[in-house]
Parts: sequence; C-alpha cells; structure tokens
Amino acid sequence: MSAITPDEVAHLARLARLDLADDELAHLAGQLDVILTAVAEVADVAAADVPPTSHPLPLVNVTRPDEVGDCLTPSEALAMAPAAEDDRFRVPRILDEEA
Amino acid sequence: MSDLTRRSAAELAGALADGDVSAAEVTQAHLERIAAVDDTVHAFLHVDGDGALATARDVDARRSAGERLGPLAGVPVAVKDVLTTTGMPTTCGSRILDGWVPPYDATLVTRLKQADLVLLGKTNMDEFAMGSSTENSAFGPTRNPWDPTRIPGGSGGGSSAALAAFEAPLAIGTDTGGSIRQPAAVTGTVGVKPTYGGVSRYGLVAFSSSLDQAGPAARTVLDTALLHQVIAGHDPRDSTSIDAAVPDVVAAARAGAEPDGVRGLRIGVVRELGGEGYQPGVQARFADAVAQLVERGADVVELSCPSFTYALPAYYLIAPSECSSNLARFDGMRYGLRVDDDGDLSAEQVMGRTRGSGFGAEVKRRIMIGTYALSSGYYDAYYGQAQKVRTLISRDVALAFEHVDVLVSPTTPTTAFPLGERVDDPLAMYKADLCTIPANLAGIAAGSFPCGLADEDGLPVGFHVMAPAMADDRLYRVGAALEAAQSEKYGGPLSAIVPDLVRA
Repeated sequence: MSAITPDEVAHLARLARLDLADDELAHLAGQLDVILTAVAEVADVAAADVPPTSHPLPLVNVTRPDEVGDCLTPSEALAMAPAAEDDRFRVPRILDEEA
Repeated sequence: MSDLTRRSAAELAGALADGDVSAAEVTQAHLERIAAVDDTVHAFLHVDGDGALATARDVDARRSAGERLGPLAGVPVAVKDVLTTTGMPTTCGSRILDGWVPPYDATLVTRLKQADLVLLGKTNMDEFAMGSSTENSAFGPTRNPWDPTRIPGGSGGGSSAALAAFEAPLAIGTDTGGSIRQPAAVTGTVGVKPTYGGVSRYGLVAFSSSLDQAGPAARTVLDTALLHQVIAGHDPRDSTSIDAAVPDVVAAARAGAEPDGVRGLRIGVVRELGGEGYQPGVQARFADAVAQLVERGADVVELSCPSFTYALPAYYLIAPSECSSNLARFDGMRYGLRVDDDGDLSAEQVMGRTRGSGFGAEVKRRIMIGTYALSSGYYDAYYGQAQKVRTLISRDVALAFEHVDVLVSPTTPTTAFPLGERVDDPLAMYKADLCTIPANLAGIAAGSFPCGLADEDGLPVGFHVMAPAMADDRLYRVGAALEAAQSEKYGGPLSAIVPDLVRA
C-alpha cells in the first residue's frame, strides 16, 4: 500500500518551503513512502483512552520580573544578516507582483 | 609531551593543580595531536588554536597568582557544533549556517568558560543532529579512530572520534534519540544523556525540543562525571530546566569503582532490547558485562517493557514533527544562507530556494515527514498516535523502576558499520537508535559505557544504562563498576588499546 503519492510529496515540499528538483522529489517520494509505512504501526497500539504526552516533564509557566535585561545591540543582531539596511534586516519583496 | 594526550581529564587536572604541567603545555599537546590526526579523522569543523592557547595562558597566570580555580581548570574540551559560541562559527553541520558566528554563548558554553576549561574547537555532526553516522554533515564525514573505513556514530561522531583519537580528553554532545550514546558505544568511549532538563538547552540549536538534551562525554567514567558536574544545573533562560540540585555524579563515579560499588543494586535487563537483529559479538559482550556486575554484587532480573517495540516509529514521527517546526526559522532572512536574492524574486521564492539548496537530504526527509504528520487529516493517525505511544513508554518505564534501580541493554544493535553502508537507506540507519530512543521519549537519564570488543570484528561494544529522572548518579555508579571490571581485562579503559592512527 502506498502511503504517499509523488503529487503529495510536491505539495508537502511547497508547504515546507523547500524548492526541490524533479529527481529529488521522485527519490524522496519513494523513501517517504517506506518511512511512513514503517511508522504507521503506531496506529495499532495506543487505544483511545491513552492520553497523549507532548513533553517528558510537566510544563509550568516560567516568568521573570518585567525588567530590562541584557539584549543584543542592533549591530550584533545584524552582524550575520544576509543583507541589512538602516539598522534593519533587508528582505526581498514580500508581495506578489500582481498584488 | 605527546603522552599528555593519553591522560584522562582527572589526571591532567591533578597534574595542573600540582604544577607539574601548565595548561598551555596541555593545550599545545592536544593542538599538535589534532594537527597530526585530524586530516584522517575529521572530528573538528573548527579548531580555535589561538583562542585555546590564550585561555590556557590566562589560566596558568591566574593559577600561579594563587587564584583558586575549579577542578577542571585548564583541561581542554571539544564542543559539538550545535551549541552557540561567540568567536567561533556554529554551523550545525549544515550549509545553511556555513560561517555563522553567533552573537551569544549557549549557557553550557558559558559554564565551561566560567569553569576555566579550554575550548579547543567545534566538532563535526550529522546536519542539525539528524543521523547516526555523521555522514549527514555537509562538510564531510568523520571517521572512526578504531577503523577509519567505519562510522564514528552520530549525530555526535565528531565528539566521540575526538575522544577516541586522543584529540581531546573531554567532549560535549547532544542527544535527541541517541546522539551522545551511540557514538560513545561505537568508539569505545563514555557518553551520558542527562535527565531531560538536567542541562540547559539555551543556545542549543533546536532539533526536537521535547527530546533534545546536551551532555558530557569522555574516555573514562570519572571524567564524564566531572564534566557533567560543570555543565548541569538550573538555568533561568531555559523554561524546561529543572530547578533542583544536581545529583552527585562525581561521588557516584568514585563509589561505583569500589569493589562493592554496585552491591545490592537491582538491575533490569530489558527483554525487548536484544535477541534477533543484534550482532552476536554485541550480545556476547553485553552478557559478559551483566555477569561482571553480578560478580560485583548486583542483583539482575530480566523484565519486559512491551511498548519499547513502538518507540522507534513513535520517535520518527515526533522528532520530525518538532524538527519541521523548529527548522522553519532557517528562512534566509535574518542569518545564514540566502540564495538568488536578485531583486526580482519574492521573499517566499528566495526562502524556498535557500532551504532547497541549504539543507541536505536527511534534513529534507525529516522536514517532509514532520510536515506530513502534522497536516490536518493525518495528525490524529500519526502525530497524535505517536504521542500516545510516548505515554505508554513512560508508563512501562515507571513500572519497571518500581522493581529495579536501573535498566540495561546493549547501546546499539551492531558495532560501527562501514561508511556509506546505510547512507541512502533511512530505515536501516534509524535502527542504530533502537535501544537509545525510549530514554529520550520518557525523559529519563541514560548513558553508554564501553564493555569490550566484539569477537567477529574487534570493534567496541557499548553497555546502555537507564535510570529514573534525576537519578543520573546511578548511571555513573554502574558505569564505574563496569569500567573497573573491564580494566582488569584490558589494562585500563578500553580506549587505552585503540590503534594508533599516526602509526597506521
């Protein structure tokens, strides 16, 4: 039984913002199918009355006093940016051309 | 002075404290060793020779001025390249972070610096810690010092190989499904994954946040405990950090080495983690180790953790799901790689191209699996079910620890496999983590300790010990007892007989 089709793989790649070449997509499709088929056995074990565990520890809200602490300077934050301008990250256009 | 690299961290610390040797000499010896063997081993992605020597000289100056220093002051350490370091690149073994120098230190790194350890550099790893062989590094694989045609384990193969090749006496790893313990096993070294929350994750580049845990590695049990003591403890910058006293792991490592160190300790052999699929030499050395612990007074029973059978599939849903979310931050906007920003393409197009060319095959596989498992329509069948399996595993573990003090198994089903053998066979690669994953899912403490060489290939075998959350000291007690028994056979820790790379 096939868990995933090549079209679905292409759709997933778009959702995950991964531009993949056609040969890469085809190779991945086969591997993802094998992996997903193997891991699908989790469906066999846990019954509906088993609560899910998202974390090994009971999580608690951790707060601190609302006081200014150490933080990065603009030049430290921008030091490794791919592009910067006027103390800001410079990014490619964010709207589609037709927008 | 090349013999300095053969000494344990505890021995070096003693010699430094006594003034028999300077930190600069110890550091220089390790840098020379790296220069001599790392072309073959490729344990390091970055070596900070100048920085290390400057730190060492500073430690020497302060020591001679009479300053009281910590127990590991002046001892060199290698740090996995997934922890942020100011002044040194942090790449996570990925092209997408090639050359990135972080603007802050991980808390763990800060603690190493505050304890005056000498940071030699950053060690190689599978990209974003995803893998069991270090072959997924974008910068080429690390080789196993026992046999350079074989893998050093992963994802922390750089750290384990640096130890086995005597390039560093101490190393830091991180462990999401076995990335400290499996490399330790296949290189004949010691590696411990502390209790989840025992060591701060602040500055540890996240792969799977509910599983990731940094921890210590070394060639001896005591050295590992000494390093554990330095890095463990509460950190207000990590909301999952445990606010409680660190178990006295150093005292446990010393006590465990005594002749009656494990007398009366109840040890449970996990039935599900052995038998079919396990290499004969791994099974034989594991059985020997259990017998040695019995000789030293431990009580051994076999018990069953039936849900462990489903740990591997649950892990390969939970970890990719969390990774697909965590790695969304690599978008080419604020740091790291950006490709094809030609003024015409949109941010979204640039993002897709950057991630498509910046991530390697395994990272892409896992992002895709995670994206699938979290999709509406599939969430309940995959991620939701995996979370329920996680509950069952925690219940198995809790029940087992009502009857025994520690659980044991082989660390990994085989010895080091040849480079290339599993690189395009994800399921075969994933099986290397069969025994180590349950501890991550349950959040408990676990470690791997050398237990001899397999007869069929002469390669190291690891003995895996699991202890309840915040009972990390028990790992060291068992590990030290095993090390003492093994030393009678091999004339020292197992690493004492690793083949010499320079001669070979």
